[in-house]
Amino acid sequence: MNKVALTLRVNGVSHDLLIEPRKLLSDAVREDCRLTGTHVGCEHGVCGACTVLVDGRPVRACLCFAVQMAGHEITTIEAVAQDGQLSPVQQALHEEHGLQCGFCTPGIVMTFEAFLKENPNPSEEQIRDALSGNLCRCTGYHNIVAAIKKAATQMQESAGYVAP
Amino acid sequence: MKPAGFSYHRPKTLGEALELLSAHGDNAKIIAGGQSLVPVMNMRLAAPAQLVDLNDLPGLAGIGAKGAFVEVGALARHYQLVESEVVRSLCPLLAQAAETIGHYAIRQRGTLGGSLAHADPTAQLPLVTVTLNAEIDIASTRGQRTLSAADFFLSVMTTALAQDEVVVAIRVPVAAPGEGAAFEIFSRRHGDFAIVAIAATMTVEKARIAGLRIGIGGVGPIPVAYADLCRRFIGQPADASRFKQLAQAIRDAVEPEDNPRIPAEYRRELAQILTERALTRALDTAQGNAP
Repeated sequence: MNKVALTLRVNGVSHDLLIEPRKLLSDAVREDCRLTGTHVGCEHGVCGACTVLVDGRPVRACLCFAVQMAGHEITTIEAVAQDGQLSPVQQALHEEHGLQCGFCTPGIVMTFEAFLKENPNPSEEQIRDALSGNLCRCTGYHNIVAAIKKAATQMQESAGYVAP
Repeated sequence: MKPAGFSYHRPKTLGEALELLSAHGDNAKIIAGGQSLVPVMNMRLAAPAQLVDLNDLPGLAGIGAKGAFVEVGALARHYQLVESEVVRSLCPLLAQAAETIGHYAIRQRGTLGGSLAHADPTAQLPLVTVTLNAEIDIASTRGQRTLSAADFFLSVMTTALAQDEVVVAIRVPVAAPGEGAAFEIFSRRHGDFAIVAIAATMTVEKARIAGLRIGIGGVGPIPVAYADLCRRFIGQPADASRFKQLAQAIRDAVEPEDNPRIPAEYRRELAQILTERALTRALDTAQGNAP
């Protein structure tokens, strides 16, 4: 199949790629941009591990083709920590033991970086609704919910933080 | 779990998109949100040779009041239905239903037109359009036509759309003054497709049912609106005992398929329980309940 030229903007960097149209965004980010923080789990939109931001909104990278992303801004887990400083969501997941093996964590972080921007003071029900799109087989979710609550509180206290 | 190869088209106008569909016929598939199409492509259950991407057609994404209707473009995303002030105030049933679709990330991308064209028998938006008997605008190079939702859905994942046609917009009636609305859904896991879902609207005058719509998804190959059954209850008291009777009537009316995974009796019971819940909640949100 013919390859097409594409400029993919990821974390503010332009990547000039020559790829097949059938290449999933998740694979392009990992294989062509060499950003392997975005994890690939189920590859049919169920597990949420591959969640990235497209123009600031959380999107399953396995349910888009990279070629569709010309003209859009992709943000991946690699852009969340600033100068080695974890984001409030990352820090709270660490402190609350919101991860064990860590495979699902990049997707969860990306989901909630966007979610907390939209819902700075979420209820537990809202958190659980958003979290339902990300499967985690280690934690049983309670600690993730606790971490998101903590991150929300901290982000509100230090209103200076701007999610990526 | 990688899709088969295809040629990719990203038309800049609707006309260009329709030309592509007309030229490629059965080989072409439309992609909008991709939340149903890409999974089946990844699993190689679908392998279109030509993919026509509608995402650059923002003219298809409008939401606005138009006389007695709310008009919603096919490219409107589920989250936009949830957040839109026009939808929330003029067609709250649509906003409530959209909020229950899939997961947060899915709702950012999935589209109204995509959900209708996909026509999953348990999906939320087909159910709402059937319940409200929405008008669905369809375009092709041969011209435009409008179908009622009742004529649009034919069977499981089968619609009246021809190969070269695309859904461009729908019109749902503006909720009557004081109309209450409720969408109830049951699935095994949060965010899964429904086993049974109920959409209901109700208006109340002098504590009696003045207007009533009930639609049910998950009990047949397409969503079903129970207009005749609803008509029988017009003028009856809008109270708990009448809602129990109505729910029982729905239980008797639904004809779900029996399968080893989900027995018909289970869906019947769900239809009854969810109807009662939906009516109770619709009454709570209805106004004009004068003594």
